[in-house]
Amino acid sequence: MLHHPHPAHVVRDPPHEGEGGASLLTLSGVSKSFPGVRALSGVSLSLYPGEVTALVGENGAGKSTLVKILTGIYQPDEGEIRIGGAPVKLPTAHAAFEQGITAIHQETVLFDHLTVAENIFLGHAPRTWLGTIDWRTMRDNAREVLETMGAGIDPDALLSDLGIANKHLVAIARAMSIDARIVIMDEPTAALSAKEIEELFLLIEFLKSQKKAILFISHKFDEIFRIADRYTVFRDGQMVGEGLLAGTTQNQLVRMMVGRAVDQIFPERQPKIGAPLLAVSGLSHPTEFDDISFELRQGEILGFYGLVGAGRSEVMQAIAGMTRVSRGTITLGRREIAPKSAADAIDAGIVYVPEERGRQGVVIGLPIFQNVSLPSLKRTSKSGVLRLAEEFRLARTYTERLDLRASSLSQDVGTLSGGNQQKVVIAKWLATEPKVIILDEPTKGIDIASKAAVHGFMAELVAEGLSVIMVSSELPEILGMSDRVVVMREGRMVAIRENRDLDAETLVRFAAGIAP
Amino acid sequence: MKALAKNRETWLLAAIALLVAVIALRFPAFARPGNLLSVFNDTSILIILALGQMAVILTRSIDLSMASNLAFTGMAVAMTNAAYPEIPVVLLIVMAMAVGTALGALNGALVWKLGIPPIVVTLGTLTIFRGATFVLSGGAWVNADQMSQGFIALPRTAILGLPMLSWFAIAAIAAFHLLMTRTALGRSIYAAGINPTAAVYAGIDVGRTKFLAFCLSGMVAGLSGYLWISRYVIASVEVANGYELSIIAACVIGGVSIAGGIGSVAGAGLGALFLGIIGSALPVINISPFWQLAISGSAIILAVVLNARGERRQGRIILRRAEA
Repeated sequence: MLHHPHPAHVVRDPPHEGEGGASLLTLSGVSKSFPGVRALSGVSLSLYPGEVTALVGENGAGKSTLVKILTGIYQPDEGEIRIGGAPVKLPTAHAAFEQGITAIHQETVLFDHLTVAENIFLGHAPRTWLGTIDWRTMRDNAREVLETMGAGIDPDALLSDLGIANKHLVAIARAMSIDARIVIMDEPTAALSAKEIEELFLLIEFLKSQKKAILFISHKFDEIFRIADRYTVFRDGQMVGEGLLAGTTQNQLVRMMVGRAVDQIFPERQPKIGAPLLAVSGLSHPTEFDDISFELRQGEILGFYGLVGAGRSEVMQAIAGMTRVSRGTITLGRREIAPKSAADAIDAGIVYVPEERGRQGVVIGLPIFQNVSLPSLKRTSKSGVLRLAEEFRLARTYTERLDLRASSLSQDVGTLSGGNQQKVVIAKWLATEPKVIILDEPTKGIDIASKAAVHGFMAELVAEGLSVIMVSSELPEILGMSDRVVVMREGRMVAIRENRDLDAETLVRFAAGIAP
Repeated sequence: MKALAKNRETWLLAAIALLVAVIALRFPAFARPGNLLSVFNDTSILIILALGQMAVILTRSIDLSMASNLAFTGMAVAMTNAAYPEIPVVLLIVMAMAVGTALGALNGALVWKLGIPPIVVTLGTLTIFRGATFVLSGGAWVNADQMSQGFIALPRTAILGLPMLSWFAIAAIAAFHLLMTRTALGRSIYAAGINPTAAVYAGIDVGRTKFLAFCLSGMVAGLSGYLWISRYVIASVEVANGYELSIIAACVIGGVSIAGGIGSVAGAGLGALFLGIIGSALPVINISPFWQLAISGSAIILAVVLNARGERRQGRIILRRAEA
């Protein structure tokens, strides 16, 4: 996440005063920092009874942090939350619940093995005079709530038997049953079919008629313009614009989302792009992606942009042999390959450097040299017996090249600093002598200096003739590093372009599915 | 980390020395070299079994079926020996290891291919193997007089002053040490246990690694099947009943983390030795078997607490570096 020294210019259009009455929930000056990252800095947000406010922003803009603050999971470092004009504190999830705030998540947080009625009334079930749960009243009340909503769900059904859309309905019924005043919907449509989305929208209209204040988080502009009354735009942890949607265009929203000061320097490169090396044709997966075709040329950095969940990592994992495809071919050089495991792909010369370096990268507890040789065990062993000298040679070659600071290669990798651990991870993949390196979110969650180091290193790699695929959700990185960019949306490729023909707005429009 | 692990084994060795010293106060003859060697000999089978169990636990799995595997394989070789006394003992040992490996492979395949949790798989095969032993023998025993002379004599044959049984344990320690430190499989076992996700991305087949670890534990269970029967010269359905818990206890006392990834051959061996010493010393100094159980149990809990503290201290050290 980038930190802006100067507060961004805030677009306020039109002013609130006099519109739709007093706000039900107001956040002002809310900040939240995590070690090394300022997730939110002085944001404000207002929700109004009977209105839907859309919260938009790129990945990492701070939307999830805000939801977690509103639901009592995170505590803000500074700032104030007011409900109905009175300042409130939300120290726990239960406190948020008691204030009438409820959240409906992408994947609903309900209990699969309980019935619909139990889910609706969990924690506030009606009691008999003995203090036991009054099942009959609970079922009747559940049925009543569901009927008010026009949902034909049996209160006695097990939640696990319902589809996602109906689970959302149960979550909403739960919100109704506790008389929630503020409903947060965090990408509620992500897993729904077109018909189910329509039903959800009808329900949102119903909630509006009940004077609930709704916060609607979505990446999909058509939905936002369809259902929301207001918008609030977050960028890099700051609130950069808010207002009524009527009279606002999609392009204005996109501009607010991406318009940023360029404060990141990317390495100068003179790309020497050679012949096509990797050709992917018609690659398809039954549920995750469809008809992916592209070419990666020697010495090229090919960026993959899209929203989180667009299927980019899934495509890469298929190319790297970790998931099976239903259709399509992968050709490396002149040879068609069908990697069935990560080992196959590594043998062929394709390595995939996954997103979460801590969890998926180093093996803490093993010494540095063993971490480096891990993907190359086939080469450093003879019929299963390790040749330690060979392992050390391999480790020394690549750690020296990366200028790793360690007293000994036998040192546990866990004793290294984060930056040096990262060098071990890179050394480990380079040691396999790959032709193609796939980097998944290579700079996610690291500080700016380390980012610059990773970018510089990528430039070196391609200068030496390697080819790089870089999956990234960060626009500056995509635009700063790629030679060409593929944009994916909902499992499909929606564009492949030379970088020089692209700008941030165009990319966001492709990724969000807005016609240019 | 490596130094710490070394420390852990050094501490265990010190604890064993202390234990021997305390026992020697009451019963000085216990500390004589000859007696210590005989304690080692008595513990040989437990050591061999603990090494196999360690390989499995390192991959974040557990093998509860080892003792039942031992009973089945022991019965199978004993019956073969009784029926065909002319078959050389060496061949019977190979057979024991092969049968044991096959049973271990069954465990491994269920874990690998069907993705069933190891504790469930081996809880099932624990009963199945024991039941199969009954079916195989019809509930009958194989007694000393039915076994061939060579079958019984082999573990007792002394070479360089040590019985063959002890040499089996020493060979197993050496083999497992080489396996864990000098082979691709050993490296994969550690990597798959410490960080399975990273291992998968590095091209290591974690499922296959678990499978092979179960084959190893099956193999040593099979070998121990022969050793046990020939040592105690009786094969019955009840052989080594409940012994799987001692095997796991030896690993835990030896610093093998139940969470996987942490543990060493030296640790597992010393853990078994610790239990062996308690088992053989306490009766001599007139402590009731119930106290034995309580002491073994306390040792397990103490070991786990000490290991957990060791790991926590390690975390603090990293934090301090990060702050500096």
